[in-house]
Amino acid sequence: MELAKPVARLIEEFARLPGIGPKTASRLTYYLLRAPAEQVLALSDAIRQLRERIVYCQVCYNISEEPVCPICANPQRDHSQICVVEEPLDVMAIERTGEYHGVYHVLHGVLAPIEGVGPEQLKIGELVQRVRQGEVREVLLATNPNLEGEATAMYIARLLAPLGVRVTRLAHGLPVGGDLEYADEVTLRQAILRRAEM
Amino acid sequence: MESERRQRLYRAEAVIIKRRDFGEADRLVTCFTREHGKLTLLAKGVRKITSRKAGHVELFTHARLLVAKGRTWDIITQAECIQPFLPLREDLQRTGYAYYAAELLDLLTQEQDPNPELFELFLATLERLGRAEEPRLPMRYFELHAMGLAGFQPELFVCLNCQEPIRPAQNYFHVGRGGVLCEACGPAANGARPISLPALKVLRYMQTHPYAELEALRLRPAVHAELEEVLFQYLTYTLERSPKSVQFLHLVRERVNHGMMPAGPAGGPNGESSPV
Repeated sequence: MELAKPVARLIEEFARLPGIGPKTASRLTYYLLRAPAEQVLALSDAIRQLRERIVYCQVCYNISEEPVCPICANPQRDHSQICVVEEPLDVMAIERTGEYHGVYHVLHGVLAPIEGVGPEQLKIGELVQRVRQGEVREVLLATNPNLEGEATAMYIARLLAPLGVRVTRLAHGLPVGGDLEYADEVTLRQAILRRAEM
Repeated sequence: MESERRQRLYRAEAVIIKRRDFGEADRLVTCFTREHGKLTLLAKGVRKITSRKAGHVELFTHARLLVAKGRTWDIITQAECIQPFLPLREDLQRTGYAYYAAELLDLLTQEQDPNPELFELFLATLERLGRAEEPRLPMRYFELHAMGLAGFQPELFVCLNCQEPIRPAQNYFHVGRGGVLCEACGPAANGARPISLPALKVLRYMQTHPYAELEALRLRPAVHAELEEVLFQYLTYTLERSPKSVQFLHLVRERVNHGMMPAGPAGGPNGESSPV
């Protein structure tokens, strides 16, 4: 028996999402088939809005509903300090600490030579432009502490060096709740080198 | 019972050559191991900040792994770093070379095809790339010998056409036939490129001598450039594709050689000139 076209089509669309195989896709589809109309329409509306209402902030390239995101538009924030992150989710993580009062710059990825991701695919040129134009005092590089993130940070630091701006890097150290015995050499070494006064 | 349990776990000495995010907090890690050749293993939870394994399965670390057989992927249950190759992490240019070496190794090998000699060579290359004043030398050595160990050793001593020993004259390199042609046969062969005497000498020396004896060589920039070009042509022809990380390497190297990086990506999307 052939599936009704709309059903087959939705299964196909679901199956394209990450982490969803054909079985899960059909389960979700049949669930929606039986779900109340409001719920189904709310979902389709949410998806549509995601596409139609979300844009990238013209200044920091974070996801935003406005051409300039709330953080960049906020005069209370310190616009002379830019925190550079890989993904919009990283902005959320840093915001949750409540310790950072500057603005952000979202790269949308990291340098990945083997996947062929170079500086042109990231918002690196835009960052340099921003630093060159504005009254930027400090750029805090908050890419992930892995090799790709480190390489990206080093690359940006080199690009910014001639501009005379202060370039800092998120510190490396031991995680809260961790265990020295299991710490890797690189982290432990950094933790010793950059130990803090008590 | 005990023997059954032992079979479900195995040990491997590995270098991490590639990885990608998988699921919520996991990573699929491509390792080149001494015992089992190239393997794709699942490292669970390594993207969590408190992961006990994360630092030990970073790219380009030499680590001892304990692996459990799984259904789709075998799972890394314990990892202990032997050598983190710090210099490769602290210098962008050396990072670029390490990426390139790892990509080549990945392209040259098949899963589960042990090649302990190639493992040793790769390990030594990572160490040399971190230490050498001129990383191009260990890189060329790796290209030539990794190709050799993968079954593509080029013929550098006798002409592939007339079988006569190569004489010090204008010789030719033919990527398709995998070696040199003499001054008489070369010009007639389609696809042969001229190779200078110094470049050929260095290639022959590299093929027959251990790396330690090579270290003292100081090559002229033109010879470096030619060696790079010949080997690159040979390996892209043989692999039937061009390693992607070369672009990054060139980008970084260009900027290092110019002393300071220009303020804007040179020739990049903005194309603006440096104000300093």
